[in-house]
Amino acid sequence: MSAREMKTFVGIDLGSTTTKSVLMDENGNAIGHGITNSRSNYATAARVAGQEARVDGRFTLFRRALGDAGLIGGQLDDFLVELERSFRLEQFIERLDDLETTCLGQMKGGRFAAVEARLREALAETFLRLRSEAAELFAPGAKRKSDFFRDIAGARFYGHAETVSREVAFPYEVLLNVYDKAIIEVENRPPAGGLDEQFRRALARVLSADGGMGREAAEIRDCIEASLRVEFGESYLVGTGYGRVTLPFSKEHIRSEILCHGLGAHLMYPRTRTVLDIGGQDTKGIQVDDRGIVTSFQMNDRCAAGCGRYLGYIADEMNMGLHELGPMAMKSERPARINSTCTVFAGAELRDRLSLGEKREDIVAGLHRAIILRAISIISRSGGVTNEFTFTGGVAKNQAAVRELCKVVKDNYGDVAININPDSIYTGALGAAEFARRAYEGGARPEGVA
Amino acid sequence: MSPATVRSKTADVEKDASMRKQKEMMAAHYDRLTSAPETGEKVCSTFVPGNINELIGCFDLVNNLPEVNAIQNGLRRTSGQYVLEAEKIGHSEDVCTYVKSDIGMLAKGNVAPNGKPFPNPDVLLLSYTGCFTFMKWFELLREQYKCETIMLHTPYMGDGKITPNMIEYMVKQLREEVIPKLERVSGVKFDIDRLRERLGRSAQAEEDLVHVLNSARRRPTPIDAYFGGIYYIGPIFGAFRGTEDAVEYYRFLRAEIDARVAAGAGPVTPEGDMAAEKYRLVVEGPPNYTNFRQFWKMFYDEGAVVVASSYTKVGGVYDLGFRHDPRRPLESLAEYCLGVYTNRSLPMRVDMLSDYIEEYGADGLLINSIKSCNSFSAGQLLMMREVEKRTGKPGAFIESDLVDPRYFSAANIKNRLESYFQMIEQRRAGERSAA
Amino acid sequence: MSELAAIVDRAATLFEDLHFSVAREWKAAAPGRKVIGYMPIYVPRELIHAAGMLPLGIVGGGDQLEVIHGDAYYQSYICRIPRSTVELGVSGRLDFVDGMLFPSICDVIRNLSGMWKLMYPNVYSRYFDLPQNYRDDIGGNYYARELAELRDALGALRGAPVTDEEIRRSIAVYNENRTLVRQLYDYRIAQPWQAPAAEVYLLMRAGLVLSVEQHSELLREYLAAVQSTERPRRDNCRVVLTGVFCEQPPLNLIKSLELAGCYVVDDDLLLVTRWLTADVPADGDPLQNLALAFLHHSESTAAKYEPSQKEKGQHLVRAVHRSKAEGVIFASPSFCDPALLDRPMLQHALSEAGIPYVSFKYAENSGQMQPIREQAGTFADSIKLWSGQ
Repeated sequence: MSAREMKTFVGIDLGSTTTKSVLMDENGNAIGHGITNSRSNYATAARVAGQEARVDGRFTLFRRALGDAGLIGGQLDDFLVELERSFRLEQFIERLDDLETTCLGQMKGGRFAAVEARLREALAETFLRLRSEAAELFAPGAKRKSDFFRDIAGARFYGHAETVSREVAFPYEVLLNVYDKAIIEVENRPPAGGLDEQFRRALARVLSADGGMGREAAEIRDCIEASLRVEFGESYLVGTGYGRVTLPFSKEHIRSEILCHGLGAHLMYPRTRTVLDIGGQDTKGIQVDDRGIVTSFQMNDRCAAGCGRYLGYIADEMNMGLHELGPMAMKSERPARINSTCTVFAGAELRDRLSLGEKREDIVAGLHRAIILRAISIISRSGGVTNEFTFTGGVAKNQAAVRELCKVVKDNYGDVAININPDSIYTGALGAAEFARRAYEGGARPEGVA
Repeated sequence: MSPATVRSKTADVEKDASMRKQKEMMAAHYDRLTSAPETGEKVCSTFVPGNINELIGCFDLVNNLPEVNAIQNGLRRTSGQYVLEAEKIGHSEDVCTYVKSDIGMLAKGNVAPNGKPFPNPDVLLLSYTGCFTFMKWFELLREQYKCETIMLHTPYMGDGKITPNMIEYMVKQLREEVIPKLERVSGVKFDIDRLRERLGRSAQAEEDLVHVLNSARRRPTPIDAYFGGIYYIGPIFGAFRGTEDAVEYYRFLRAEIDARVAAGAGPVTPEGDMAAEKYRLVVEGPPNYTNFRQFWKMFYDEGAVVVASSYTKVGGVYDLGFRHDPRRPLESLAEYCLGVYTNRSLPMRVDMLSDYIEEYGADGLLINSIKSCNSFSAGQLLMMREVEKRTGKPGAFIESDLVDPRYFSAANIKNRLESYFQMIEQRRAGERSAA
Repeated sequence: MSELAAIVDRAATLFEDLHFSVAREWKAAAPGRKVIGYMPIYVPRELIHAAGMLPLGIVGGGDQLEVIHGDAYYQSYICRIPRSTVELGVSGRLDFVDGMLFPSICDVIRNLSGMWKLMYPNVYSRYFDLPQNYRDDIGGNYYARELAELRDALGALRGAPVTDEEIRRSIAVYNENRTLVRQLYDYRIAQPWQAPAAEVYLLMRAGLVLSVEQHSELLREYLAAVQSTERPRRDNCRVVLTGVFCEQPPLNLIKSLELAGCYVVDDDLLLVTRWLTADVPADGDPLQNLALAFLHHSESTAAKYEPSQKEKGQHLVRAVHRSKAEGVIFASPSFCDPALLDRPMLQHALSEAGIPYVSFKYAENSGQMQPIREQAGTFADSIKLWSGQ
């Protein structure tokens, strides 16, 4: 059977901390989402996020095909979760191979001539252990702090390398040195290997592990194979976000993140008229009309007070994780009045208040309110809140910030629906993908394509 | 970008007679100023908004404008170190950087753009118009120079009108304070006919300037009324209003702009003629001078052109009809001072900007909010909202500073401008599809 | 509660009341009453009073007002007072105010006058220009006519012209108030431990919201009560507090200074209450009298032009001598161009007179007092060291 090409549209949002990608089909459905850390290299980040979105898109096709064929029935979700876990394991193992090869490659040029043999031995042992526990890392219910290869592999490598270096009496620093150089190389190249093969191996593992599906195995395999034959043709791509100017996109392939956020929020919630995005570096208030067209916008002024980064400083100052701030603030019954959202003075103000005996949770709750008040002033500048309100960005995940926002919006603008999408981090990329789709519909074609 | 765009070379642009003329005028002026100690000419420092240049000329005084010096230092990238110097000697980081650039320059040898030291002023003429900071600025300079200081207090047009009481107050100050003191400092007797002559020349130049500013109503506009406009207002806002030089300059300029119109040409940019005009803007607020070229480029690269601006009205609002009038010399000087842009109430400013958007067929209002300049900046967010409401055209807000390089964030400004231009584009597309 | 404590408590309650209940009650007490708000630094309250209206001082929202909308109107580099004032307006706290006066003090307040016209087109509002020329026949004539314009506008607002006789009576009432304020300040110079800075401040603040008659009564009561109370005397140094001419420092800042070892023996807080340094003649042409008082008997401050270089800063030197102060504390609002640009010149005048000083900035909603306590404390210690030598 020959390959069938499917038109797809790609939106990429190059944020300051993460890069997001959305893959859209020609009916305007988002079929794949991908995210990666932005690193210092936007070009790689864009490639990786794009590939992640295509992988995710593949799973959407699997779901559609299996569903249409009426296979697996009520356990389709579980099956796909299992398949993805298995696929991630495949990818992980392949990247471990890549990492090991890269580590060994460092020995070229005689840099480690004096210790080469023992270094090889230590590396071999370390990677053996890494591989042997890989399946466990991706076992059902296993918790991973992050899904980025660097984070998973790094933590485990440090652990094993330390033990191995002790056991074989080899200097730990040398192993780390080799690893640190290799991981940068590996991280900056998108996962190699044929995705199709990885899918096939992943499928084989899932099917062999589960005897219950044996009788459907052949049909399932056919379905998956048919889906793999669909090629994602990248019909048009639009980039947005801070890093957009660093990419070799021409103007036609770039949209401002304001427009993308507005359109993305409109696609998620068509009745949205106001969008608030609180990101790491800036806060945006956007007004959109009934077609998702931006009618006005405001951003925080030159001073970045009250952006997501402010919470980061506070967390550092209190020696806490960023994600712990919200839950702590939720415990407060009497939020302190914090008048300054100045990041520079945040630390001093915090210490001053703690020394006066104010409770940590009250201070933290006050800080959340201060951020929200600042955001509301930006919304107010852009024209206030008239209908449904959509809240996006990293801070939208913080329940204390959400609670304050709901309160302030209600007090000042009455009962307005406030939307917070679990996929809100993809809002900009979604808008970008839709811009790509519309551009294509309007006759635009990628450069170099006649 | 269209490959068909023809860009003439900068060298060609500089051949324009008006540009050459302005360069010569500036160079000659700085030479006259810095050689005052040898020639024995007396120096009068004063400000751009509400300057009474014709009167200063009647006493053969050489005019020194600290604001223009600060701008020169901004363009030459020396203002940053001067601002730091002023902060080092006790000035707050919060306050106006024109002042700090000036004070810092003074502390570092007070060198003029021609490389020679500025002479000390013989008189500080504090024509106090539209900005309270001017008053403090000259009190600070007086402390340094210990020279005669003359206050000319211009009341503010808070209720949107000039009252007879205001005119009488100002004329009386001119007649009984300013003129006698200038006579004393200069040793020259006041001759009202000399003043009338100068006012006549002012009106002539003003007529030509207005013709040039109005040309931006055309599509495409032959001028950029902000970035280009700043060059066009140079002579008349600076030391030349009322001189033959200024009359000639504006005659040249008018002819050149008429020629551009006839040729269907767009505005001149530092990189030659601008490509197709895509966005027409009205701009409120002064520009940033430390990164002036870079700032300008963000506009013309996107096909954005400014068709009207308020900054080109800080040294006089002529396009609404005011002309200096030799028949009413002192009264017309008073009216001039009262009428400058920053001496107008916020409702007047909103009216003016809204009218500009309509009359010049602009896509919207862009505000460049300047940290240093409360006179401009305080209230601009409300002004933007009002203008949006009245015109239905979108506004945008960016921030920078006059001459403090620390307050110019290129990435930030570019990001906002791009978003704004794209928003205009998208709204246009939306309007087309809705129609 | 002692009588003294009750008086101070009353003043504190007025200070904390961001809804201006006392002014609302005054207005509701008789039909047709009107309230005219005014901002720092000086307006001729006599004219408002003469029109039978209540002059209401608006000096921002302090550190207890949560600013939700006000920040939407201002960039981060503009001071706090206009944004909290807008907040007071937008939140409806000034909905009973029939007119607003914005005196000529700086570009920010000047522009706020235009904002008020845009936001509240149905409320009478006026930018009130003050002369920067001090000749009777120039600045004086101009100002007298400005006063006449204001008088006529107030007359139109109440529906009957304001007469000279009414203004003369009001001048007399305010003269009495000025006398009491001077007595209080003189009393504090003599015995600063008896009249703490925060109490004096609260009493002056009460003068912004109470009718002048009620305020004079309050001052009389305080002076009587405080003189019959013995308060502990601390080993504090004596300072003049300056620079605080528009945006108000948090009450905590004023308290912190005394806690840190400084008795405030003179200040330029709420200057409207003692802008005119001498009584205004209560006979003759009242507008002329008010104009001449402004030209020749009014305080110096950053918003006012000083025509003479020799005089620059001398008002501060004289204040130090008159109040027997040992130093000066400059507390200036952040982003306040007039105060901050004036400061170096005043400091030079003090240096020449051999008067020590210390400087810091604040905002009306500053929460941190630790750095201020530290600086003021160090300043007090160093003064004691110097004087001990």
